Amino acid sequence: MKISVDMNVCQNYGQCVFAAPEVFDLDDAGGLVYQPTVGDTARGEVEAAAMACPVQAITIEG
Amino acid sequence: MASTRDRRIVVVGGSLGGLRVTEAIATGGWEGEIVVVSAETHAPYTRPPLSKTALVTGPDPDALAFKHGLEAGRAQWRFGARAVAADLAGRTVTLADGSTLGYDGLVAATGVRPRQLPAGVDRTGGATHVIRTVEDCRALHGALRSHPRVVVLGAGFIGCEVAATAAGLGCRVTVVALDEAPMLRPLGRAVGDAVRTRHEQEGVEFRLGSAVSSVRTEGRVHIVELDDGTSVAGDVVVQSVGSSPCVEWLADNGLDLTDGIETDNRMRAGSVPGVVAVGDVARFPNPLFDDVPRRVEHWQMPLDTARRAASTLLGDLAGADTDPAPFTPLPSFWSDQYELRLQSFGAPGLADRIDVLEGDLAEHAAVVGYFRDNRLVGALALGLPRRAVAVRRKLLASLSDPAPMCPSLT
Ligand SMILES: Cc1cc2nc3c(=O)[nH]c(=O)nc-3n(C[C@H](O)[C@H](O)[C@H](O)COP(=O)(O)OP(=O)(O)OC[C@H]3O[C@@H](n4cnc5c(N)ncnc54)[C@H](O)[C@@H]3O)c2cc1C
Ligand code: SF4
Repeated sequence: MKISVDMNVCQNYGQCVFAAPEVFDLDDAGGLVYQPTVGDTARGEVEAAAMACPVQAITIEG
Repeated sequence: MASTRDRRIVVVGGSLGGLRVTEAIATGGWEGEIVVVSAETHAPYTRPPLSKTALVTGPDPDALAFKHGLEAGRAQWRFGARAVAADLAGRTVTLADGSTLGYDGLVAATGVRPRQLPAGVDRTGGATHVIRTVEDCRALHGALRSHPRVVVLGAGFIGCEVAATAAGLGCRVTVVALDEAPMLRPLGRAVGDAVRTRHEQEGVEFRLGSAVSSVRTEGRVHIVELDDGTSVAGDVVVQSVGSSPCVEWLADNGLDLTDGIETDNRMRAGSVPGVVAVGDVARFPNPLFDDVPRRVEHWQMPLDTARRAASTLLGDLAGADTDPAPFTPLPSFWSDQYELRLQSFGAPGLADRIDVLEGDLAEHAAVVGYFRDNRLVGALALGLPRRAVAVRRKLLASLSDPAPMCPSLT
């Protein structure tokens, strides 16, 4: 499963980090970092993260 | 009994809560019909940008629309349809056009509307602004384009965000509020005062501790009169004086509708099975804190309550106990005012003691702990976004610890 975050839209709110901490994180400067490819076992969490994003910046493919 | 395929769940309210509960029902094994009755004419969209970025640029409903989950498209969406009454015993909902919809299960997801000053106080004939919908945002965005003098009534989150956005656009802004500090009730005096100084650095003026006695129009200018005898003039007046839950359509059914729809911890409303509530309109007990039902008007709650309510409803309709564990969602919200970000977790409004645990409020960079009976019930990261994830984790650990000591969050 491929994940992409539109960094022009992302506001670093971290809602995705709360939903899927294994996949999304905030770095020391408070900016979003994430794994672009993850296994299918994380699907539920990643979908929850995409739903939780207040600016709808997260796209999931595959 | 009819087969499940002939049965119907009606969701009233098609915004964040309505969308998420529809998805949870559709993916939770419900084979019957789902009808969503939505008073707004747009597909569901995200509201937080309406007082922030979208107020600067003007709102684009396509860009604000939720991308995910409208594929719960098995549901029939009736946009521009408003529920005006419900008969819970007879299991019907009546719409504004006079038609009725029978149901087996009902979800109330009608949210809140901005509270408005009474007509006797607001004598501008509807010339003041509120901000809840795309249309509200578009109107206010248009009004701010000429850099008017803006008077914001109310110093809660939305009022503070509108003030910050308007000041950032070059408007002269005055915030008028009855409370002695911005965001006093949710976050307390010290934090409110710190945020106030941040606004004052941007030229925003505050008139706090006075009630509005009237708003009237003289020519093209609105005059806001305060009960201390002073007044403030503005070209644009924005009311952000709180919200009222949209519950009228449920009247006369024996429900407790004082401040939203009271539900149990499973989000069930009243004693007739098959009725649940989600999102801003639902007042439910959260054992994370105590057994007092409360409403929470934050982004995260419609998502959490939608999942809970869908599982309760599908269980009740199937006569099964699907989800007996207590429901303990962690409230959380953020607010952006200039570059200052506030991230709050838990229930800081319940605190009887507030301690700065890290950093300095005067520098607008601090972690603040909120305690009730010496127990941490809430935490705020002010201007420290990179601490938010850890602060939230520590708060959760402390709330689930039966004998918490937790003097610090680090
Ligand atoms: C300007 C603004 C900024 C915000 N910023 C933040 C933020 O930064 N952080 C944060 O955590 N939260 C924020 N929020 C709060 C967040 O947007 C809400 O918590 C969320 O929208 C609640 O979703 P809901 O579906 O419960 O209710 P709502 O979004 O209020 O949706 C209810 C829907 O039901 C419809 N409806 C009402 N009555 C009827 C009826 N009788 N029949 C049919 N339909 C009906 C309404 O028209 C509406 O579409 C903000 C809200 C606003 C307005
Ligand atoms: S929730 Fe959305 S805005 Fe927030 S950090 Fe994640 S992708 Fe960015």
